[in-house]
Formats: sequence, structure tokens, C-alpha cells
Amino acid sequence: MIRTLTYAALSGTLLFSVNATAEDKTTQQYIDTLAELGYPTPKENELVHIPPTMEDLEDSRLHPELKRVIRRGHDLFTNTQQLRGENVFNNMNCSSCHLGEGRMPFSAPIWPAAVTLPDFRGKNAHVNNLEERIAGCFTYSMNGKPPEYGSDNMVALSAYHQWLAKDVPVYPQQPIYGRGFPAPERPEELSYARGEAAFQEKCSVCHGDDGGGLRVDGQTVFPATWGDMSNNWGAGMVRVFTAAGFIKNNMPLGQPNSLDDQEAWDIAYYMSSQERPQDPRYTGDVKETLEQTREPFHKHSMYGRTRETDGHLLGDHSNLGGKPFLKPDTVRPRTFE
Amino acid sequence: MKKFPGILAALGLVTCSALAEVEGDADRGAAAAGVCTACHQADGSGKNVPGGESWPRLAGLDAAYIAKQLHDYQSGERSNASMMPFANMLDEQQIADVAAYYASLPATQGDGGEDAGEAMLKRGKQLAERGDWSAYIVSCKSCHGPGNRGAGEVFPGIAGQHAGYIKAQLQAWKAGTRKNDPQDLMGSIARRMSDDDIQAVAAWLAGQKAVAN
Repeated sequence: MIRTLTYAALSGTLLFSVNATAEDKTTQQYIDTLAELGYPTPKENELVHIPPTMEDLEDSRLHPELKRVIRRGHDLFTNTQQLRGENVFNNMNCSSCHLGEGRMPFSAPIWPAAVTLPDFRGKNAHVNNLEERIAGCFTYSMNGKPPEYGSDNMVALSAYHQWLAKDVPVYPQQPIYGRGFPAPERPEELSYARGEAAFQEKCSVCHGDDGGGLRVDGQTVFPATWGDMSNNWGAGMVRVFTAAGFIKNNMPLGQPNSLDDQEAWDIAYYMSSQERPQDPRYTGDVKETLEQTREPFHKHSMYGRTRETDGHLLGDHSNLGGKPFLKPDTVRPRTFE
Repeated sequence: MKKFPGILAALGLVTCSALAEVEGDADRGAAAAGVCTACHQADGSGKNVPGGESWPRLAGLDAAYIAKQLHDYQSGERSNASMMPFANMLDEQQIADVAAYYASLPATQGDGGEDAGEAMLKRGKQLAERGDWSAYIVSCKSCHGPGNRGAGEVFPGIAGQHAGYIKAQLQAWKAGTRKNDPQDLMGSIARRMSDDDIQAVAAWLAGQKAVAN
């Protein structure tokens, strides 16, 4: 592993070989720490990137005005509730799902978006840039309305993403280590009852018996895992494998990889079988909406399916949660014609 | 109280969940708290004792949190030689009353962070507010709530708590001598903290504004 990293680090130029060795050691320590936490070590050809911190930002030579904008992006990312009622209509912060200020591998680190976009995205079947990808999170995960493209807040959030990608080549050829929420192998059977019991035992102390989470002084401490103040039916987290990957790699907070694969999937299945605000792509009919979104998305979720415990048809409602509209106008096809 | 039955059931302490429903009375608690004042002081401010055992501020802490700690001292879930005999003096009603009494008092300010240098306070602030994810130390704030002023019945306010007490508790979690937190939530973080980290976060938190939660 060390050798692989050395080659990778030295591939730029030999002039910096001393630095490269130091960098190598840092990378190895980073990997060792993650391995101790139960994460897999990188595969031979994977790109390992340690995103810079906010302390690194202060020490950097970037223009002071750029630093200020990146700081604003970081602030918006970790306290997105400051946009409540304007862009955010539930209890989520960006950092509710992207732990460690968006830097943690296996917690959908955000820097890959800055180096792999623009790209085609199956979810909306057109080429998306970074701003449109961020807009997607506001639309679905925050059950809201994205800041305008090119607005101060959108530029600040984009700048924070790009800062975290510092020194990574654009459109990297290698697969990215720790990208997304890698799901453990799906067990043969998922159990609602086991998921419910595990949720009550291991999750409810923070997220509540009813998945409502906890707010204090108008700020989110623990996000809602379902219900009106959680992400809507269009968010990536409603896909059972995504939730299982998030849970396995990140929950309970501070104890990654402590749940076994079956538990993570059962909890994800239980959580995914609860109600939440309507998918902004709703046509007025849950079955029709499911047909239109099944292949790129809802085939992985419980949307439009009947809950096994009580026969409830999931997503069959027009509840918009805390927001006064169904679909922000950023949700639209692009043809580039 | 809503969340307690589940937790207690998980710990095999189902019998306590009924007892936890006992309603506290702050006025009665004031009388019952007479035995507490030698250490925790009449105003519940406790005392930071450099080089010795610091006594925590109780004023303004969540009543359910205080009651749980007293129950844990009685059951042995939490152990402390100074505290045990006093906890054992209290019956269920007195526990609820004393907890209600201290929760009703205005929060007082913590001591023990005065001598900390700038670098130490900077590290303490980082750990309290943002954590250090390179060592998977999540921020205090992520459970103890905005301003670390406490979140619900389970996560006590730690802003403005005495540095000596915070330090001793984190060390106890690190050493495994305190483990009455739900699901090892605090223990798993404390074990990743260096002695310097513990010192730093204790010093910084002590200097923050305490608010009743």
C-alpha cells in the first residue's frame, strides 16, 4: 500500500520527492486511522484525497476575499438552518448527512462533486454542474428551494466544495476512495420488526421514538429521520441501500461500523418504510410518479409500495411538509439544444 | 420522560421507569438538598478544586438528567466515593424533588479555565464546536446542543461547567470508570481524546456562558 501511494505521489515530479514522502506518511496515517475505525483500506488504484481543513484555509495564500467566501460556504454548509423558510423547509443541515463538515470519507464527502461535474446524472437525465447538484440537495434533502444559481450563497457553497477538492485533478481517472455512502452487502432478508427494535434500542435516544429528532433553541441537534421535518421522498437517502450505507458507516454518531450489516439494513428498511414529505416530482398520483421515476430512482426506495405491517401505501398523499409549494422551478429538463 | 423507558429497558432497569415518573417539587427539593450544599453549595454552583475533586455545578441542569445520575449512583451504574452515601440517603420522591430544585436555580458560571493559554483555548473551542474529525472526535456541540447548553434529558449542559469536573469525567470515561452514558456515546469519543485535548476542552467550556436548560 505504501509503495502504491509513493508511486502515486511521485508521479507528478521528482523535484518534490521529499515533500511527497512526507505526504505519503500523512496519507498512511489517515488510512490507518480510518482502518482502526473499521473502514476498508483503499483498493490499489483508488484515489485517496485528504481534504484541507478550515485551519489550512487560514494558512493558505488564497485571496482574502476568496477566503471570506469559502468561510461563508462552510458556515452555510454546517448551519444551513440559517436559510430556513427561504431555501430550507425542514430540520436538515448539509452536515446532517455529510458528516465532518463534508470532509469525511464514507459519509458522502462533497469534494468529488467539484472534480467530477459537469456530468450526466441519471436522476434527472441531463448534464448537471456543481450548482445544479447542490440545488438537488436543497430540493430533496432539505425539502426546499435552492438558492438562485450564481447567487452569493450558491457561489459560497460551490467555493467551499471546490476548496475541499484542492489539488485533485479534474475528471480523475481513478475511482475515489470513500465516495458516497458505500452500502454493505444486502442481506437476504430485511425485517421491519427487527429494524424497529434496533431503531428504538440504538437510534431513538437521539432521533426520538417517532423519528422526529431533537431541536433546541430553534437549532437542529439531531435531525428527523422521517416525518414532516425530514428529507422528502425524492432525497437520495430514501433509497434503502443509501440509508444502509449511511447508517453502517456513520451511526451511532462517533461509532462508525459498530452495527452489523443486517442491523444497518434492517434499520434502513424500517426508516424507509415511514412517511415523509411528497417527492417534488409528484404528478398527483403516486403510481404514475413511481412509473416515471422508477428506473433511475425509486426502484431502490419504498415509495409507492405497500407497507407490510399495516397495508399503508407509502407516498400516497399530498403532504408537502413545512413548505408551501411542491416543486421548485429548478427541477426542469435541460436539452442543450 | 418520554425517552427513558426505552433506554432503561435496554439497560435492564425497567423497574426504574415507573419510578422516574415521580413528579418533583422544587420547594420540597430545597429542603432535601440540605445534605448537598457542603459540596454543591447553597446556590448549586459547586466548586472547581484545582488538584482535588471538583464538585459540579448543578444549578440549571436538566431535572431528568440529575435524577438519572442519582439513580445511577444508587444502582452502581455510576460510582463515586464522595457521592454514593449522599445519593443513598434519598428516596425516589426526594430524588425527583432535589432534581427539580437544582434545575430551577439560575445557572452559575464555571471556574478553572482562567489560566489556559491562547493555543489551548483555540483547541478547546475547536473540539467543542467543530470537533477534530481527523481523529474522529465529533464536536461536543453535536450532542450537547447549541452553545453546549444541553439538549433534552440525556445530554447535559456543559458550557460553564467547572473545568476540573469536565476533565475528571472525560478522564473517567476514557479510563472506563464512568460508563453510564447511553450506548457508550460519550465513552467512544473520550477514548479518542488525548490528555491535552481533555484539558483544552474543559478549560474552554468552563469559560462559556452557562444557561439553564
